[in-house]
Amino acid sequence: MTSLMEFKEVDVHYGPIQALKKVSLTVSEGEIVTLIGANGAGKSTLLMSIFGQPRISSGEIIYRGEDISQKSSHYVASHGLAQSPEGRRIFPSMSVEENLLMGTIPIGMDHAEEDMQHMFELFPRLLERRNQRASTMSGGEQQMLAIARALMSRPKLLLLDEPSLGLAPIIVKQIFQILRDVASTGMTIFLVEQNANHALKLANRGYVMVNGEIRMTGTGDELLVNPEVREAYLGGH
Amino acid sequence: MDIVLQQLVNGLTLGSVYGLIAIGYTMVYGIIGMINFAHGDVYMVSAYITAIAIALLTFFGIESFPIIIIGTLFLTVAVTGAYGWVIERIAYRPLRNSSRLSVLISAIGMSLILQNYVQLSQGANQQGVPTLLSGALRFNVGDGFVQITYMKIFIIVASLIGMGVLTYIIQKTKLGRMCRATQQDRKMASILGINTDRIISIVFVIGATMAALAGVLITLDYGAFDFYVGFIIGIKAFTAAVLGGIGSLPGAMLGGLVLGLSEALFAGLISSDYKDVFSFSLLVLILIIRPSGLLGKPEVEKV
Ligand SMILES: Nc1ncnc2c1ncn2[C@@H]1O[C@H](COP(=O)(O)OP(=O)(O)OP(=O)(O)O)[C@@H](O)[C@H]1O
Ligand SMILES: [Mg+2]
Repeated sequence: MTSLMEFKEVDVHYGPIQALKKVSLTVSEGEIVTLIGANGAGKSTLLMSIFGQPRISSGEIIYRGEDISQKSSHYVASHGLAQSPEGRRIFPSMSVEENLLMGTIPIGMDHAEEDMQHMFELFPRLLERRNQRASTMSGGEQQMLAIARALMSRPKLLLLDEPSLGLAPIIVKQIFQILRDVASTGMTIFLVEQNANHALKLANRGYVMVNGEIRMTGTGDELLVNPEVREAYLGGH
Repeated sequence: MDIVLQQLVNGLTLGSVYGLIAIGYTMVYGIIGMINFAHGDVYMVSAYITAIAIALLTFFGIESFPIIIIGTLFLTVAVTGAYGWVIERIAYRPLRNSSRLSVLISAIGMSLILQNYVQLSQGANQQGVPTLLSGALRFNVGDGFVQITYMKIFIIVASLIGMGVLTYIIQKTKLGRMCRATQQDRKMASILGINTDRIISIVFVIGATMAALAGVLITLDYGAFDFYVGFIIGIKAFTAAVLGGIGSLPGAMLGGLVLGLSEALFAGLISSDYKDVFSFSLLVLILIIRPSGLLGKPEVEKV
C-alpha cells in the first residue's frame, strides 16, 4: 500500500509547552486509521498542524510525496485534504446549503448540486433543514453538517476530529454507520477519537497518543483487546 | 410641513452617502475586528480623484453628462479601490498577528500620511469641480415648496444601486460566501481552502470603492473639498456603522439612513449649528443604551 500521508518525527510547541513529541505515523491509501488519546493528548494539535495551524517546529508532514508542513492552509485544502474539525466550526449565520457550498471551494461549483444531493442521501436530516440557519441545529445535526461539508470537496483524505463528542449514543451509532458507508467507497479516513470502542471497531489500524507521544500502535482489533488500552480508554471492561 | 419634507429629502441624500461610507467601516471591522481610521481619508482621496477624472475627461473633449459621470465613477472607483488594497497591504497586513493597539496606531498613522500626502501633492487650498448637473424638481406644499435637485435624485438612486449590487454580491455569490465565511470563522475558512488574506484585501477594496462612490456623488453635488474633508464625514459614517450595529452590512446602510434623516430633521427644526453635536451625542447614547446597534448581534462569541 502506498502511503498517502506520513508524519515524520513531528514536534509542535505552543510557546514553552511541547504539544507533540517526535510523532511519526502513516496513513496509507484506502485505509481507515484512528488516533485515540485522552483530553489534552495532542490529537487536535496534530490534525491542525497538517494545515499549518500551528506550524510544526521540526519534522516533516509528507502528503503524496511532498512536505506540506510549511504550506498555507488553503494550499493544503486545495490538494485533497478536508477536515471536520474539533467543535465542528460550521458557519453559524449561514444556511445548511451555504455551509455545504463552502466545502466546494477547492474544486469549484461544477459538481455542487450533484454532491449536495449525495450528502442529503447520506444525511437525510440535512435535507429537511437545507434552508435553516446552521446555528439553530442540534449538536448531532451540526456534526453531520461538518462531515458533509468536508466531503463536498471530494477529498482524498478525510480528517475527522472527535465526531462523537457530546452526542447521544444513538446519534454516535448513526454517524459511525455513515462513516462506514463513506469508507466503503474507498475513501481514506484519519479519525481522531476518545470513543475508542467505536473508533477501533471501524478502523483498520490505530495509534494511541499519550501526552503528545505515540505510545502504541496496532490493528484496530489488536488495540481493542490490548489490556492497557482497555484499562485507559474502554473503561476497563 | 414643507421644512420637514425638505429636510427628509436632504436627510435621505445625506444618509445614503453616510451608509455607503459606513459599509467600509463595518465590513473591515467584521472581518478583522479593527476600526480603519484611515477610511475617511480614503473618501477624501476619492474627492481629489473625482476632480482629476473630470478634468481629464473634459480635457479629452468629452462633454455629455452621462459619459463624464460614468467615466468619472469608473476611474474614481478603480483608483480608490487600488488605494484600499495598498493601504491594507502596507499598513495592516504586516500587523496581522499583532495587538489591536498596534493596528490602531498604524491606522491613525495611515490617516495622517494620506492627509499630508494629499496636502503636499495637491496643495492646501480648497479645490472645486464644475457643476455638471443642475436643475431641480419643485413641489408645492401648502404655502411653501419642496425642492429636489436632479443631483440629489441622482445621489439617492446611485447609492441605492451601489448598496443593492453589494448586497447581492455578499448574499448570493461565491465571493460573498467566502467573505462571510472569513468573517464568521477565519481559521475554518482557511481550512476549507479560502485564501483569507486575499479575502481581507478584497474587503478593503470593496470598502474603498463604496467610499469612492460616495466621494464622487458628494463632490459633484457640493463642488468644493480640501484635504481635510474625510475627517468629519468619516466620523459621521463611523457613527452610522455603530448605530446600525458594527459588523452588520444591512446595519451600516440602515444606520446611515437613520443618522442622515435625524441629523437633517434636527438641523431643520432645531438648530443647524449644532447638528454635529447632535450626531455625536447620538453616538454616545447608542454606545450607552444599545452598544450592539440596531441590527448588530450582542458580542458574538469567537471560537
Ligand atoms: N492554542 C494553544 N495555546 C497553548 N496551548 C495549547 C493550544 N492549543 C492546545 N494547547 C495545549 O496543547 C495540548 C494538546 O491539546 P490538544 O487540543 O491538541 O489536545 P486533544 O488531544 O485534542 O484534547 P481533547 O481531547 O480535549 O480535544 C494541551 O496541553 C493544550 O493545553
Ligand atoms: Mg481535541
